[in-house]
Amino acid sequence: MEEMVRLEHITKKFGNNIIIPDFNITIYDGEFITLLGPSGCGKTTLLRMIAGLETPTSGKIFLADQDVTSLAPYKRDVNMVFQNYALFPHMNVEDNIRFGLTMKKVPKEEQETRINQVLYLTQLETFRTRSPLQMSGGQQQRVAIARALVNNPKVLLLDEPLGALDYKLRKKMQLELKNLQRGLGLTFIYVTHDQEEALTMSDRVVVMHNGVLEQDASPDVIYHAPKSKFVASFIGENNFFDLDGNKALAIRPQKIQLCKEEDETSAGNNKVKYGTIVDVVFCGTIDKIYVRMDNSNDTVVAYQYLNDTIPWKCDTRVGVWWEKKDEVIVEK
Amino acid sequence: MKKNWHSAVLVSYSLAILAFLYLPLLILTLYSFNDSRMNAVWTGFTFKWYTALLHNRRVIEALTNSLIIACISTFVSTTLGTMAAIALNRYTYKFKGVINGLLYLPILIPEIVMGLSLLVLFSQTGIPLGKNTLILAHITFCISFVIITVGARLEGRRFDLEEAASDLYATPWQAFRYITLPLALPGIIAGGLIAFTLSIDDFVISFFVAGPNSTTLPLYIYAMVKRGISPEINALSTCMMMTTICLVIVSQLLQPKKKSN
Amino acid sequence: MKKGKLLVLPGMMWLAIFFALPMLIVVAVSFATRNSYGQVIFNFTLANYQRFFESLYLRIFITTIFTAIFTTVITFLMGYPLAYTIAFLPKKWQQPCLIMVMIPFWINFLIRSYAWVIILRSQGLINTFLMKAGLIVKPLALLYNDYAVMLGMIYALVPFMVLPIYVSIEQLDKRLLEAASDLGAPPMTAFRKITFPLTLPGIATGSILVFISSLGMFVVPDIMGGAKSALIGNIIQNQFLAARDWPFGSALSIVLGVLALILIMLYYKVLEGQKGGTNNEKELA
Repeated sequence: MEEMVRLEHITKKFGNNIIIPDFNITIYDGEFITLLGPSGCGKTTLLRMIAGLETPTSGKIFLADQDVTSLAPYKRDVNMVFQNYALFPHMNVEDNIRFGLTMKKVPKEEQETRINQVLYLTQLETFRTRSPLQMSGGQQQRVAIARALVNNPKVLLLDEPLGALDYKLRKKMQLELKNLQRGLGLTFIYVTHDQEEALTMSDRVVVMHNGVLEQDASPDVIYHAPKSKFVASFIGENNFFDLDGNKALAIRPQKIQLCKEEDETSAGNNKVKYGTIVDVVFCGTIDKIYVRMDNSNDTVVAYQYLNDTIPWKCDTRVGVWWEKKDEVIVEK
Repeated sequence: MKKNWHSAVLVSYSLAILAFLYLPLLILTLYSFNDSRMNAVWTGFTFKWYTALLHNRRVIEALTNSLIIACISTFVSTTLGTMAAIALNRYTYKFKGVINGLLYLPILIPEIVMGLSLLVLFSQTGIPLGKNTLILAHITFCISFVIITVGARLEGRRFDLEEAASDLYATPWQAFRYITLPLALPGIIAGGLIAFTLSIDDFVISFFVAGPNSTTLPLYIYAMVKRGISPEINALSTCMMMTTICLVIVSQLLQPKKKSN
Repeated sequence: MKKGKLLVLPGMMWLAIFFALPMLIVVAVSFATRNSYGQVIFNFTLANYQRFFESLYLRIFITTIFTAIFTTVITFLMGYPLAYTIAFLPKKWQQPCLIMVMIPFWINFLIRSYAWVIILRSQGLINTFLMKAGLIVKPLALLYNDYAVMLGMIYALVPFMVLPIYVSIEQLDKRLLEAASDLGAPPMTAFRKITFPLTLPGIATGSILVFISSLGMFVVPDIMGGAKSALIGNIIQNQFLAARDWPFGSALSIVLGVLALILIMLYYKVLEGQKGGTNNEKELA
């Protein structure tokens, strides 16, 4: 695969704060890669550095093998979809989209063709002359995407674009964005703190924490084989048991089985631990059972599904077990 | 609004004060149409004092001076002030204290101090008093007002729009021209109008830096008042008032509408 | 350094040359003397400042201060209720009413004082009316005294007080008053304990503006006061014109300027203190 973006030893300091100590990554052509992490982990800063809106304190940025580290944003062939869209309020949809083409002095006829194409792509044809101020969040978001895409950038940067939308709309837009990326074959670099979103849309997920790359892998690997306790706990829910040394044992709630105290047979050869149920929470598709383990302060959470036969209640004694193959050892 | 006697008292009191503010001005306007030379007795409605003004060469000269000075001062102060306001809004500066001092002191210090300091400056540097010194002085006190007015409009400025423009291949100048400037324009015009109003109306500072042959309208009015009451003063004052009122209303209409919570 | 930062330079340079520099020269002149032609001679002397402490000038200065205080208090009593009323009007009336109050602000002091001259002078409106009505025989000396000057100053400066107070009241979170009412406070108490304290910054701003303007005022005393009603502004003006004693005039205006500066700095200190206090409360909560 062709290399598209490369970050070499990128560091970023604001005053005396080191936001990003030493970041390295190579992003390939046609990938949908997501930078995932909690607020303040540096993911947006990295994105902005690729766009040219921030400069790294040290390190190099390469775009299609060209060193762009000191290049201004308006000279880079990347475009960004901003978090709150940043649509120009004094221009209508068409003029917003046209802006980049005007700046690059694209001939008028070509401008029209490209604008028409992108309006079709984002289903905004009827909004051509509308003012952004009169549009819903979802519509504004599509204008922002159209405005970026019309310039045929090599890389599209998306800074938490779906954050302001409600749940259903967000789900819909996630699919649309994924299809758009696949259809156009562009490289998408996506930033979000929503791990579900990252897993749904991405070919590759980069989990960040305090400016450090925790793990860089496909969504499947990130979920089932997290390398560190941070990744294991940030992605989905997880239970942890401390082990010797710098390691911990992680087991997903849906892999935990419960059995009655008297009846160990269902556990087979697996070791059973005992505890008391302290809370049962109804979450729609699942029940979350919280068990306080004997002889320790650990609380384990287990998912129980509708077709499980035993309706668990609080203050019941219960046996907790799992298959050895579902265990994951992580660094603490 | 509380609908009880509290509000009745408040409203009446407020109306009384408004009346207090406007009554003298209304009386002045009224008497500019009075036929009588001795103001107080009303003898008839006439425009003759206004027509007399049009034929008064010195009034025309003062008016011309005022307009020229106001136009030049407005242009220069609005340009310098807008540039400064945009920069102050966008960047943080090291010497914030000095900048704030230079910015706000001209407004807070009594005008008389500013006026005489300019007089001292001009005389000690050998610049003869005249239209030029008036222009220089007017620009000086207008700049601060322009910076504050434009600055207030820039408060809602969205740097993300400028970043978006940059992301869309606009050079800094293009981003300024297509994004920052159009959005700031109402504020700039408001600032310009305020500068114009201040210049036309200025008395105290002009008093100190005007030369013998360069009168402005307010200075002319002062000279007339000192010499004695004449209905022409009423007419002239009324004209100035009306001009000021129009300028203020237009400038206020350009201020951003406050969003209701 | 970003090139855009330089944009601030032309404006600031202008102010440095035409505002800061002249002030410095005035300070220098205040320590100078003059010769018989009225020209400034730069020998260092404190004589000008010493003259300030002569009883004549000191008395006028103190009178000016008291006049300024009185003006500030009266304009406050007039301005606060007006600002309050406007701030609680329905939204669409607020801007027009505010413009109405601010229009006199922009019309210069000269015209506004002159309007009162027409009303108050011996052949003015009031006297003519009273004499025609047979209530008096001789015209009243309403003009050219200290009271006329006071009236003129208050009239000139009420708008200065209204705007900052209005801004302060308008920015008040009205839900605080709802909360007060919910907790059992009747309207007057809510005003006393919530509205008034929270609008103190606006009151401070208005008061500073009025007070400093009063200190330097010379137009109003000149037009509406007589020879006996001179305030420090008139004295200063006189030094620069008729008396041609620029060093003394400079000294007086430096005293005036320093007084204004001290007040402004005090005002900022108090304002910072207020803000700091509120922040501390937030942290504690």
